[in-house]
Amino acid sequence: MSVKQISVFIENKKGKLAETTRFIAEHNINLKALSIADTQDYGILRIICDDTAAAQKALSDGGYITLVNDVLATAISDKPGSLATILEVLSEANVSVEYTYAFLSNKAGAYMIFRVDDNQSAAAALAGAGIKTVNENELF
Amino acid sequence: MANYYQPEFECASREEMRAIQNEKLVKQVKRVYENVKYYRDLMDEKGVKPDDIKSVDDLYKLPFLTKADLRDAYPYGLLGTDLKNCVRIQSTSGTTGRRVVAFYTQKDVDLWEECCARAIVAAGGTNEDVCQVAYGYGLFTGGPGLNGGSHKVGCLTLPMSSGNTERQIQFMQDLHATIICCTPSYAAYIGETLKEMGLTPDDIDLKAGIFGAEPWTEEMRRDIETSLGIKAYDIYGLTETSGPGVAFECEEQTGMHINEDHFLAEIIDPETGEVLPEGSKGELVFTSLDKEGFPLLRYRTRDICILSRKKCSCGRTLIKMCKPMGRSDDMMIIRGVNVFPSQIESVLLKEGYSANYLIEVDRANNTDTLDVSVELTPEQFSDTMKDLAAKEKSLANAIKTMLGINPKVHLVAPKTITRSEGKAVRVIDKRKLHD
Repeated sequence: MSVKQISVFIENKKGKLAETTRFIAEHNINLKALSIADTQDYGILRIICDDTAAAQKALSDGGYITLVNDVLATAISDKPGSLATILEVLSEANVSVEYTYAFLSNKAGAYMIFRVDDNQSAAAALAGAGIKTVNENELF
Repeated sequence: MANYYQPEFECASREEMRAIQNEKLVKQVKRVYENVKYYRDLMDEKGVKPDDIKSVDDLYKLPFLTKADLRDAYPYGLLGTDLKNCVRIQSTSGTTGRRVVAFYTQKDVDLWEECCARAIVAAGGTNEDVCQVAYGYGLFTGGPGLNGGSHKVGCLTLPMSSGNTERQIQFMQDLHATIICCTPSYAAYIGETLKEMGLTPDDIDLKAGIFGAEPWTEEMRRDIETSLGIKAYDIYGLTETSGPGVAFECEEQTGMHINEDHFLAEIIDPETGEVLPEGSKGELVFTSLDKEGFPLLRYRTRDICILSRKKCSCGRTLIKMCKPMGRSDDMMIIRGVNVFPSQIESVLLKEGYSANYLIEVDRANNTDTLDVSVELTPEQFSDTMKDLAAKEKSLANAIKTMLGINPKVHLVAPKTITRSEGKAVRVIDKRKLHD
């Protein structure tokens, strides 16, 4: 099970993030989770929202470069070592993690998002270790 | 001070020089017409016969050669003699898509080296001097040309080539180099390195430097003169005619004397091709009077320039050219390399980018910098930094392979590169070389 994530290319210039998030708001897209990776020149804004298809269409029509990926989401318990355990499971299954970020769901507490090189192996390995991955419906 | 290598030519009267040029030109046109089919066809097309060229006054009748002709005739089409008579090739950086390959007979090499020797002597060089040649060696004409000139003068020659700056400075100190030949940006860099090493101009014996192969300013000249404690002389040349030494500066430092007994210079209107009177600003055109291997007649350099016969205090009567003031095409010279925006464009398209790009050339610490911004396409986008960084690196490498210059590549969002009147601004040169 996986979750759809939209990535948006944003230039690393003053006001660009505000402009993009305002654009998203004006199109009535509700951000659930967000992370930004940045270099001196540009950033990648990664978002998870309730209606991925509509959001991507709006952004693309607005001239943004976007990309939709499947990422894994797992609930994570509020105690030391929870993240390390998940990462160890992935590492043992020979899965590379490209990036990860956390967010809070008002439905069920803390979640981690993982972008990995092989979703299937990762989900299987996590399931084998008793760690559940969720889909959008369970998330929101 | 008689700083002449060949005073009989360098200080010849106007009449003497004219006689030399007339005689050589008539012979050269005949030789080229007989040996170079490519040029013979151009002359026939224009209805010009060798007999129509009786003196320099008839030069205007001859057809021009351009960089495009050199490309079309590559590699042997403009060869002026049998290959077996040639002993050397030199080549440009090949940045216009195809390299210019120039052929030299032994006589060509000798005359070229004599031209460089004139430049070294004009800079005060004698057989007492130690001449450090820090131009690149190889296909590039800089190193071989000044190396040969230095031999002709009888200097103790240090064939250092460029790079390894601390070693350059060590040799300079240990072997008491008195003259250095390199690009002006490398001279500036040597000056900075000297300072970083905790040394001053008093710790070295340099007295003069001969710098060329790229545009530089009076401000740079002053910086180099101060940082190395020398007098800095300009030198001009191009592979198409021979290499450095087509023109050189004397102690007056007010333009470069053209070795016009070998290279006949004209200034033309780049639009119409019409020859302009002395003192006019226009495109510089050279006719090689002696070249055997690669005898180009009326070669359009694309350098915008002014010629002057104003009397020079050095005593030379050779006509002077100012520093090139720009180009009549969109070529840029970056770190001594000829760069056309179209070359960068072709790399971008090959790598899957759009043709929306911006080239910014600047100069930081007296070294040219090249920044290329390119609009990212949806197909190129990735959600991982790793992929985007790899794309930037791959593009930078492709440009480096094409130009030999390491660019800084910037990926930008679509439609962010300014378009003015529907046409994108492709190049911003911030170097302000001609203020």
